[in-house]
Amino acid sequence: MATIAPPVQPPATLAASTLGIAKRGLLKYLRTPQLVVLGTVQGALFLLIFRYVFGGAIGAGGLDYVDFLVPGFITTGILFSGMGAAAGIAEDLQQGLVDRLRSLPIPRSAVLAGRALADTAVLTWGLLITAAIGFAVGFRLHGSLTGALAALGLLVVFGFAFEWLFLTLGLFAGTPQAAQGLALLVFPLTFVSSAYVPVETMPSWMQGFAEHQPITVMVDAVRVLTQGPAAEAMLGHGAGFYVVRSLAWSAAILAVFAPLAVARYRRG
Amino acid sequence: MTPTIEATGLRKRFGKTTALDGLDLHAEPGQVLAVLGPNGAGKTTFIRMVATLLRPDAGELVVAGHDVRRQPAAVRRVIGLAGQAAAVEPAMTGRENLELVARLYGQDVRTAKASSARVLTQLGLTEAADRLARTYSGGMRRKLDLGASLVGAPRLLLLDEPTTGLDPRSRIELWDAIRALVEQGTDVLLTTQYLDEADHLASRIVIIDHGRAVAAGTPSELKQRAGRNIIEVHVRDRAELPTVAAALAGLDHGQAQVEEATRRVSVAVEAGSGRLRDALRSLDAAGATVDDIALRPPTLDEVFLALTGQALTQADTTTAAGNSAA
Repeated sequence: MATIAPPVQPPATLAASTLGIAKRGLLKYLRTPQLVVLGTVQGALFLLIFRYVFGGAIGAGGLDYVDFLVPGFITTGILFSGMGAAAGIAEDLQQGLVDRLRSLPIPRSAVLAGRALADTAVLTWGLLITAAIGFAVGFRLHGSLTGALAALGLLVVFGFAFEWLFLTLGLFAGTPQAAQGLALLVFPLTFVSSAYVPVETMPSWMQGFAEHQPITVMVDAVRVLTQGPAAEAMLGHGAGFYVVRSLAWSAAILAVFAPLAVARYRRG
Repeated sequence: MTPTIEATGLRKRFGKTTALDGLDLHAEPGQVLAVLGPNGAGKTTFIRMVATLLRPDAGELVVAGHDVRRQPAAVRRVIGLAGQAAAVEPAMTGRENLELVARLYGQDVRTAKASSARVLTQLGLTEAADRLARTYSGGMRRKLDLGASLVGAPRLLLLDEPTTGLDPRSRIELWDAIRALVEQGTDVLLTTQYLDEADHLASRIVIIDHGRAVAAGTPSELKQRAGRNIIEVHVRDRAELPTVAAALAGLDHGQAQVEEATRRVSVAVEAGSGRLRDALRSLDAAGATVDDIALRPPTLDEVFLALTGQALTQADTTTAAGNSAA
């Protein structure tokens, strides 16, 4: 029996394969109503609890608590989405989808890059929803519109960087359950930060960590960009200080976890 | 002609487990090669190596002229893999799944649409093409998964236990689909634990156990060596087992297997019903009381035993026990 040799196609480019994978990630999200609805409801619920239950007992320096809280809440939302991202890649691994993709003639980094893009898009959607709920419960901009847009851009960059940390966790965990468990370990970061309460209210041994860790730096950048002078006065530094630091943190997280995730993916 | 697969002395260990222990295997173009073996024999490890998902610890593996270690990208361009799980995206339609994979094979949008449509027709999925894959039955998902491995028109199709877990009807449908592909000239490497599956699909079978090839040949060659059928006798009284074994030993393949615990004696025979009559006659002559007598095709264990003289699992046949004690 003669074998008909098919024409040898040039392999898919990095861009084309990344976009293909990203499209699949987005379709999966959009066509799984549980993911969309549950994510939104959860976020709204916690925001309301902090705003109305704890809010009254927490002093936030020169800011209204709602103006203090919403930037923290939007930022920590990145970690909530990250949990889904870690579980998502672990699920692909478990269901054999990653095997199929690894057997295809595409660049090895395309699968993860595609996922990271799709997850970042999902996360941005989540940020916007949380911000909208924030406005509904009294959050207001006290800085410039440019500042607010810069804050959004910064959050997307930060989210993209953190996405690689969660992809790494998911790849190492292997099963969605284990991935959720591992991702949960990242949660103390949200509490030992300035997201919900001012760092000065923590014991002094904790303050050193809380002040410099990436979540705090990012939350404070968003505060200064959305709240203007009042936030600068409360936090003690200008916008540039926080923006540069949060970009530095993003770059550092990306530099560590993107190669780690790709290496783990390559090894299979 | 370049062999499709040329494996020499392949080894792979996972911690303390040896998955492949010097596997040699050869496949020519125009062949459907079935790798047959029990669970844990190393079938999946081998097919994952061919698919460039695992690197061998030692040995050589050349697929369509490309070394899997040195030229994995070139290997990926000629293969299509359908693994054990149906690796399709449930939140996408059948068509979208195929178009995605086609695009990842480097096809432009038009070609991807055309080849997806062709594969959908080929597999009889056209009607369900625009439904989300999450609404598919298990058999349809496996077909779609098979389709995804085909949409890039690979030279070599890799199927890892393609019908495990399917109901009999879906199994036969999938076999038909695979056979149709083979007729169009696709080379296939498939793993299976089912003798009948290898028999239906393969032009050549390699039986592996404990990470080595233990027998190879065409299905009919192997069956010739193993006996086409088995006569199995259920004895009422344990004391009569030796008598029955002696009576059956005169048939085609001579050696009768005695299973003490279940009071069963079995023997491989060449011809079917004719030998059954002979068996009854010699049992009658020996004066044995028989509860039940049956003619059936050999199980994988029996083929294995016949070809290698070793039991596949820790079977409790006396010959096997004798062998392992030796």
